[in-house]
Amino acid sequence: MGMYEEIAANKRRSYLLIFLFLIFITLIGLVIGFFYGSPYFGLGLAFVIGGVYFLITYYKGAGAILTMSKAKEAKKPEHAYLINTVEGLAIAAGLAKPPKVYVIEDSALNAFATGRDPEHSVVCVTTGLMAKLNRLELEGVLAHELSHIKNYDIRVMMLAAVMVGLTVLLSDFLLRSFLWGRGGRREHNQLTGVLIVAGLVLAILSPFIGEAMRLAISRKREYLADASGALLTRYPKGLADALRKIKEDPDPLVDHANRATAHLFISTPFRKSKRSFMKKIFSTHPPIDDRIGRLDKM
Amino acid sequence: MVATWILVVIAVVVVLFIVYIYNSLIKLKVRIRNAWAQIDVQLKRRYDLIPNLVDTVKGYMAHEKGVLEEVTKARTSLMSGTKEEKAKASNQITEALKSIFAVAESYPDLKASENFKMLQEELSGTESKIAYARQFYNDSVMAYNEAIQVFPKNLFAKLFAFKIEEFFGAEAKEKENVKVSF
Repeated sequence: MGMYEEIAANKRRSYLLIFLFLIFITLIGLVIGFFYGSPYFGLGLAFVIGGVYFLITYYKGAGAILTMSKAKEAKKPEHAYLINTVEGLAIAAGLAKPPKVYVIEDSALNAFATGRDPEHSVVCVTTGLMAKLNRLELEGVLAHELSHIKNYDIRVMMLAAVMVGLTVLLSDFLLRSFLWGRGGRREHNQLTGVLIVAGLVLAILSPFIGEAMRLAISRKREYLADASGALLTRYPKGLADALRKIKEDPDPLVDHANRATAHLFISTPFRKSKRSFMKKIFSTHPPIDDRIGRLDKM
Repeated sequence: MVATWILVVIAVVVVLFIVYIYNSLIKLKVRIRNAWAQIDVQLKRRYDLIPNLVDTVKGYMAHEKGVLEEVTKARTSLMSGTKEEKAKASNQITEALKSIFAVAESYPDLKASENFKMLQEELSGTESKIAYARQFYNDSVMAYNEAIQVFPKNLFAKLFAFKIEEFFGAEAKEKENVKVSF
């Protein structure tokens, strides 16, 4: 079955991301070491901070994303249909445990799934989505999200977010500490020193950010989640109709989404006016018309 | 000497191959068992909810005894029997519940009752879950049946006595038995 191959591939990607993370930490450690005159100090610092950061983000990441998005846990009887549907789809997907269900108060039509594995996963929808979609369409969207959960996409995305988050943190910290005068023991002009190191750091950062994002935001996986979701519901029209409605949404902006969480949503949570050519290349999602087209052909 | 070693290596490879095939078939079989267990869980949930429903509805629909009796009768045969019997009973209940909810449409007081609404949503959700569980069960059966019939696994299937499993009951014949009597 294609699904089980996909799961294996995603687990491999996850290990690759962790490996990249380790290399990255090592290089940063060496840079810091160079700056402070002792490679061991640098490496030690980098690994301790990197290790703690990784553990916190990996294990608490889902919770953090929910808090950042101001999501609230769905409860019965208010959201009985939503909860029952998620549980039902989890059964159809053969998951041992259904994901937790959360709701965001927002008129935009959107949804996302996150977590580190199927046993620790979360599905989240906006109130706007629940209001505007009928039951078949909502089921289609939820099935898409559950497919991301089942095939471990969420773990790959979580690890990529960890790496991106760390690079942002570190580049911030390094640039700031150099700018505000944590002088090194070397005898150059402070400005040159700052520029050299900043340049080095950024040079190291970019390939890692790029690789992490590339691995995480594979558009092929969005198409696959669409297809797997359709297989779960046996009704591709549900998701196709939902995407049509999402496309027509006058205000797709989800208030508390940001660059770090954007790729988790089923549809780009930013305003359409920002669509330049560059944005399309690096867009986190495949074009909606394409997705609808493929579903219609099933 | 070399010949012996080659034979040993071949023997080891063959054994590993057989182990691999056996394990992959067992995994598929276990998935079927889990899938059936999940169906049972949902059937039990429905079994537990029905008395609630009958009690809630009885007060409002005093004259609708026929419909309520159908459900209660079908319910008793739900929790025991072969997979086929359970499938049949399950389909009967689905039909009986549809009747109850159809009839309830004419009783606005009942429809407005919070308890009734909650039961309706829960039963409806459970029906969906049963449908999903059946789907997953049939998917698992299909994967397993296919695995034990393709070459070369079919040779080993015979060896280890893996047999074809049945799909969860068809719905075709079950529409004749539930009547709505006013």
